Amino acid sequence: MSDEAPLLIAEGLTKAYGSRLALENVSFSLYEGEALAVVGESGSGKTTLLNLLSGIVAPTAGKVAYRMRDLRTRDLQDLTEAERRFLMRTDWGFVRQDAREGLRMAVSAGANVGERLMGVGERSYGRIRNVALEWLDRVEIDRDRIDDAPTSFSGGMRQRLQLARNLVTSPRLVFLDEPTGGLDVSVQARLLDLLRALVADLGVAIVIVTHDLAVARLLSHRILVMRRGEVVETGLTDQVLDDPQDAYTQLLVSSVLQA
Amino acid sequence: MSARAAPTSGYNFAYLDEQTKRMIRRALLKAVAIPGYQVPFASREMPMPYGWGTGGVQVTAAILGEGDVLKVIDQGSDDTTNAVSIRKFFEKTAGVATTTHTAEATIIQTRHRIPETPLREGQTIVYQVPIPEPLRFLEPRETETRTMHALEEYGLMHVKLYEDIARHGHIATSYAYPVKVAGRYMMDPSPTPKFDNPKMNRSPTLQLFGAGREKRVYAVPPYTDVVSLDFEDHPFDPDPPAEPCALCGARGVYLDEIVLDDSGGRMFACSDTDFCESNRAKAGNS
Repeated sequence: MSDEAPLLIAEGLTKAYGSRLALENVSFSLYEGEALAVVGESGSGKTTLLNLLSGIVAPTAGKVAYRMRDLRTRDLQDLTEAERRFLMRTDWGFVRQDAREGLRMAVSAGANVGERLMGVGERSYGRIRNVALEWLDRVEIDRDRIDDAPTSFSGGMRQRLQLARNLVTSPRLVFLDEPTGGLDVSVQARLLDLLRALVADLGVAIVIVTHDLAVARLLSHRILVMRRGEVVETGLTDQVLDDPQDAYTQLLVSSVLQA
Repeated sequence: MSARAAPTSGYNFAYLDEQTKRMIRRALLKAVAIPGYQVPFASREMPMPYGWGTGGVQVTAAILGEGDVLKVIDQGSDDTTNAVSIRKFFEKTAGVATTTHTAEATIIQTRHRIPETPLREGQTIVYQVPIPEPLRFLEPRETETRTMHALEEYGLMHVKLYEDIARHGHIATSYAYPVKVAGRYMMDPSPTPKFDNPKMNRSPTLQLFGAGREKRVYAVPPYTDVVSLDFEDHPFDPDPPAEPCALCGARGVYLDEIVLDDSGGRMFACSDTDFCESNRAKAGNS
């Protein structure tokens, strides 16, 4: 992994809204198959970072580069909108905290999973349906729910369907924005188990934004601790969480309730 | 062909003022130049409610000349309210000749159907369109649908067809069936039944579409490819009725269901009244 070029490079990312700095000078590299957690309290710039990395929002300063499937590393700012959107629905995934933003609630689960396939030109109903069934199996949704709309799904099922919808084109990078937010603990555990297995299986790189240190511990190799738009500490997840150096990280780690 | 009546005074020819017609013609020229692309235009308030064909009426008014012969149909019929009132509107405001015979008309304004009698070069068919955006029901944001057209991202259209098959076992969309025009733009043929979709393909006639409320015009120039969307394993089926027309006996034409009494009696007859009448006249003569 180390002799390869990074999949995603962030360099000096800064985002200002007027005179207010939402994100200041964030740099890191993400390699293929690597899981990076971004933790911090709300308002610390986690979601802004995710929006900048995925090209949804343009940075005020700094740049994001991505190694495309043809192995050329390109600056996201230089991509045309068509290329960026193509990336977004093939090589990338984006799992939202609110499933209603990430799914099409009015169409069936099968169509939700199949949309990306149809978007890249699949024109056989039978094949789309088979792939959708396979993916429902993989994310542990009953096959007979394929024709039900996600409005009839529970919160946990919706998140799992979002995973299937994003992973169906075998992306190399998936952004997850608080995927376990608003789910109860047992449902969270199931989703995390599944996510961990899928990530290990498919070898996708993930950037997961969370305020839950347990989620970061379970899923990520490396961690970025953010506060007020700045990265206060970064390193291997276990190292940072077991032996936090920064005062804020120490506070964060010590404020987790011990069961 | 009905006699020309003297037009009502106090209006410009065909109701709209010349500047407005010019604006609409410019939009139409752009629409013809980019087949299937929805061109915004400054739709005017017309003396009829939205949904009654204000878009079609404005397009017709913009292209109408004194020598034109106008036919107006609602469904396939010349004598239903919408058709009668629009025909009268142009009789009064433009004083043009009107007809019910497809072959005699130079301009045909329609709410749904394409006449059964094949159209020819030199004729123009004007469609009244309620919702011009084929992607609208799946994507409510106009900014997003415009981007999708610009970048030719049409996967979503197949999501709609997929849903149909998943729910009904076949593509159940029977009207407003999405088509791809000249291999580029996705277009909504509007409330036209899918039975008529094949008639749009490589038609020798100029086809103009006007949506008054949505303020869009679009066009299919003569001899342009119009392909109905489908799946490899669920091909497009125009679904012609198996029954012949109960009045004229024509087969393979689009039929209307006519309820005869309140005890379940019904009859299926040509939706194109002109076609049906001329068939019966021919049969009566021979």
